[in-house]
Amino acid sequence: MSAPNKSYDPVEVEALKPEVVEQARDAAFAAFAGAGSLEELKQAKVAHTGDRSPLALANREIGALPPHAKAAAGKLIGQARGAVNQALAKRQAELEAERDARVLVEEAVDVTLPYGRTPRGARHPLTTLAERIEDTFVAMGYEVAEGPEAEAEWLNFDALNLGPDHPARSMQDTFFVQAPDGSADSGVVLRTQTSPVQARTLLDREPPVYVVCPGRVYRTDELDATHTPVFRQVEGLAVDEGITFADLKGTIEQLVSKLIGDGLELRWRPSYFPFTEPSAEIDLQCFVCRGESVGNPDRPCRTCSSEGWIELGGCGVVNPRVLVACGVDPNRYSGFAFGLGLERILMNRHNVADMRDMVEGDVRFTLPFGMEI
Amino acid sequence: MRVPLSWLREYVDLPAGETGRDVAARLVRAGLEVETVEQIGADLKGPLVVGQVLSIEELSGFKKPIRHCFVNVGDANGTGEPQEIVCGATNFAVGDKVVVVLPGAVLPGPFPIAARQTYGHTSAGMICSARELGMGDDHNGIIVLESHHEPGTDAIELLELTDEVLDIAVTPDRGYCLSMRGVAREAAAAYGLPLADPALLDVPPANSYGHLVKVADPAGCDRFVARTVTGIDPNAQSPIWLQRRLQKSGVRPISLTVDITNYVMLEVGQPLHAYDRGRVDGAILVRRAEEGESLTTLDGVQRKLSAEDLLICDNSGPIGLAGVMGGASTEILDPAAGPGTTEVIIEAAHFDPVSVARTAKRHKLPSEASKRFERGVDPEAARAAAQRAVDLLVLIAGGTAEAGVTDIAAPHPLRTIAIAADLPDRVAGTEYGRETVTRRLQEVGCTVVGTDVLEVTPPSWRPDLTDPYDLAEEVIRLEGYDNVPARMPTVPPGRGLTEAQRFHRRTGVALAGAGYVEVNNYPFVGEPALDALGLDKDDRRRRTVTLVNPLNDEEPGLRTTLLPGLLGALRRNVGRGNTDLAIFEMGTVFLPKDELKVAPRLPVDRRPTDDELAALDAALPDQPRRVAVALAGERLPSGWWGKGAGASWADAVEAARTVAGAAGVELTVRQGQLAPWHPGRCAELLVGDRIVGHAGELHPRVIKALNLPERTSVMELDLDLLIADGPQRVSGPAVSSYPVATQDVALIVDAKVPAVEVEAALREGAGELLESIRLFDVFTGEQAGEGKKSLAYSLRFRAADRTLTADEASAARETAVAAASARTGAVLRGA
Ligand SMILES: [Zn+2]
Repeated sequence: MSAPNKSYDPVEVEALKPEVVEQARDAAFAAFAGAGSLEELKQAKVAHTGDRSPLALANREIGALPPHAKAAAGKLIGQARGAVNQALAKRQAELEAERDARVLVEEAVDVTLPYGRTPRGARHPLTTLAERIEDTFVAMGYEVAEGPEAEAEWLNFDALNLGPDHPARSMQDTFFVQAPDGSADSGVVLRTQTSPVQARTLLDREPPVYVVCPGRVYRTDELDATHTPVFRQVEGLAVDEGITFADLKGTIEQLVSKLIGDGLELRWRPSYFPFTEPSAEIDLQCFVCRGESVGNPDRPCRTCSSEGWIELGGCGVVNPRVLVACGVDPNRYSGFAFGLGLERILMNRHNVADMRDMVEGDVRFTLPFGMEI
Repeated sequence: MRVPLSWLREYVDLPAGETGRDVAARLVRAGLEVETVEQIGADLKGPLVVGQVLSIEELSGFKKPIRHCFVNVGDANGTGEPQEIVCGATNFAVGDKVVVVLPGAVLPGPFPIAARQTYGHTSAGMICSARELGMGDDHNGIIVLESHHEPGTDAIELLELTDEVLDIAVTPDRGYCLSMRGVAREAAAAYGLPLADPALLDVPPANSYGHLVKVADPAGCDRFVARTVTGIDPNAQSPIWLQRRLQKSGVRPISLTVDITNYVMLEVGQPLHAYDRGRVDGAILVRRAEEGESLTTLDGVQRKLSAEDLLICDNSGPIGLAGVMGGASTEILDPAAGPGTTEVIIEAAHFDPVSVARTAKRHKLPSEASKRFERGVDPEAARAAAQRAVDLLVLIAGGTAEAGVTDIAAPHPLRTIAIAADLPDRVAGTEYGRETVTRRLQEVGCTVVGTDVLEVTPPSWRPDLTDPYDLAEEVIRLEGYDNVPARMPTVPPGRGLTEAQRFHRRTGVALAGAGYVEVNNYPFVGEPALDALGLDKDDRRRRTVTLVNPLNDEEPGLRTTLLPGLLGALRRNVGRGNTDLAIFEMGTVFLPKDELKVAPRLPVDRRPTDDELAALDAALPDQPRRVAVALAGERLPSGWWGKGAGASWADAVEAARTVAGAAGVELTVRQGQLAPWHPGRCAELLVGDRIVGHAGELHPRVIKALNLPERTSVMELDLDLLIADGPQRVSGPAVSSYPVATQDVALIVDAKVPAVEVEAALREGAGELLESIRLFDVFTGEQAGEGKKSLAYSLRFRAADRTLTADEASAARETAVAAASARTGAVLRGA
């Protein structure tokens, strides 16, 4: 490097001659363009923009120029270096794009590979079916009530107008809990229905009462394709001023529409339950054959056994005697109650042929039902 | 109740084209549960005719007797020539009238008939037995008809072989429908047609010269009608029509007298009993049994009587269980076994339903009679029923009715029910109007007077009608449920699901999300299942609630833990080739209270007091809700992505944390020891100081005893205890945006020191600057030293208000290590 010298003519500095600068710039352009890889470009970058590159060295000479010459030389070198850097960046981008394209192709995978690393679980369809029914009623303003499965006989029978000698009481094939003395007179049974929960609710609070009671219930049936001794019910109860059979019909129609869909006929058959009067059995038109299998041996229907109807459950207007036993004034209040068997609904709604599949806990049965049905 | 349509038409003039299905549909809408409509003889095709046996040639040389016959079938075979038939039965003679099926016919089966060569002769048809015609299966020999039938007459009609039978499941409130009379009444109302009531008969008034009867217990027997018929031909057979009606109704014909009593019971609903008068010793007495008395009933069983049993007695002692079954000593005698019965006393009585029900239950003797008495028999039908039986005995059996008519009746106050004329409207939620209400009640058989308030007297056959709501139901039912409008009640706003209910749902979702499949097992357990879990003799879980009548005698108890059922389901799955398993169950267990009590029977005519209700609950077992999981096989499967991981104790503990997470509760874990877990791999799960469950690997002995996959791991915890403190409301944390300073520390501790304690000490020592701590490595072995283990933690420090300096972070780390070494003896690795 030369010392500042005011008498020097800048033109005399070889490195700052315009043609030399131009030459250096063009050499850089050529080097960049000739670089075939990012590695080669890196070398060209050091050679043409590094500390020892011709343009960097030329730049240093500017300091030694007389003040009046500095500006022009600075501009010359600055423009050249700017152009070089731009060319470098452009080439850099080109080469990177080329490399990326190549690498991404190399990194491609078969995204259809099965990935069973996270095991899948599922909830039991009877659980989620009960929840769906609960939710339908909760949306209407009902609450969900629960109670014990080992229940006082009085609540399971007597309070529901099933006295000790009532014929319906022996119909129900009850599991009796052993008394301390070994007899059957413990006054405790495995509930045969979730109705005692309704009785408990009425005993517990003043009307209006609108509740649904889901739960497991027990009868001494042997397990087979259409029976299980332990099964699930959802019962509902509404007790308020002016509740009628018409309210019951509307409510059940609403439930069926939400649970199964519209456009199916309901059949209301008079029936008998001690805790309701009038009582009805509700049949739903078979949604598979829509009744066309009846008396038509050529088109048998498995879902409804060619009956055309599927039993949905029982219901009725609450017998005033039940209200009295539960401390509700039957002259002021009336109510309706209904009970649905979930196993049967699941069989129909989801084409389950054998009730044992709901009982045995085979994961292959439950998994397809997922988290909600 | 089986109702042949042809018989029903005798009382109601149903439209001619009406099929069994049509009638069934009408009855169903009126509230009768018609279970099936059976098409009798639907696959039967003639020609089937009366034939007269002209000649019989006994063929010999065969293993069984074979007859070669010629039978006159009139013109039914188109030629008028005798029909040649080979027959294997021998209970007929030349001249007998029989039933012949001709070639081209089809018998039930279906069994097509054609002429064929057999035993060296042509057999062009068959002489038929009752079984071959589908008339019942208890007759082996062929049918021999009464002699007046003409050869060639169509036997399908003669034997009433085609019919439709409605099978009706009668609900307990409709006892009157256990009779043709009752079903006909419903059919008449359903079609709006008049009823020909079979109980409307001329009956002579009671007099003093009938068989002497004394009723010592008028509460148990409020009606006793007795009639006597003499001169009965003991060999007289029930005519075809009578046998056929019984058969179609599901009753086996036995002998004429018994068939007649059964027939009248089916027709009118009044159970009758016929005594052989020659075997009744003196006056009949109705009384309760004395302790120690016994009676041999018709079925030949000697029964020890209870003081509550109501009896029919004569001078010799008990001769019948009132309303349930007669005694053997006065039974009608079979003429085949000696001199038959020629004189009978017909009993038509009315017994207390409860008394009959209890006696039938006590002696396990549900009979056609008891079934009817339990559900209520029309006391006013007794006289007509007895008269009908007498008439039939005279007509068919050649008997003579004695003039004596015994009729003992306890006074029956008329039941009158006052019902507001608009009650049916208010119950149904529609408007029927007083006229409709009155008309419908009259159709039921009630007498109705009044305007705004109706005074209604129910008919004698409807003991179930006792209050105004019973009457309202009749009106609504007959008007049709289809005609009640549908409306929605106005429900006040509800509170939605409770916290606990929402938590239970979250638990299921969380576990299913973590790869568990829900199962629901029966709650029944037995000793062997508890033994297999290795429970101590005095383990509380062995104290189960016991059922008197379990489904399976091996499993009389109710579960005290979810594990037996869950492990059963696990094993079932493994047995079916499902190897990698993670299952869970939520449900109640049944824990007997310390002091076992009996739940009282409370009144029903008022609300029980709170104390009375508390006494009910005191007798119930505790029924907490639990959750349990079981795992076996691979928890994380191996695959192209790399190696998987077997299910282990740690997964079971993690499942508990998943549930606690769903509850928003902090779970602490410490080393525990409890059957059925592996003594060294059992975690005790706590919320605060409260033990809520256990998790870990099963004891190898349990795995062996239950034949489970190795390393099967389980968790069980009490959901009620988990959330006993109620929901914890989370305060939103202040999140610092200053940089984090991470410091790692490796500590050597005694192998017995639980990691959870080391972590707790580090946390406490690190103070407020510690943001999080993570154990990232554990190892034992030479490098850690004998009996030691190395725990490597990553500590992240961060301040709320500034960037931490390296010195501050190091200082916090040092106090953390100091606390760990003071509390757990931890030493910095390499120090
Ligand atoms: Zn169908």
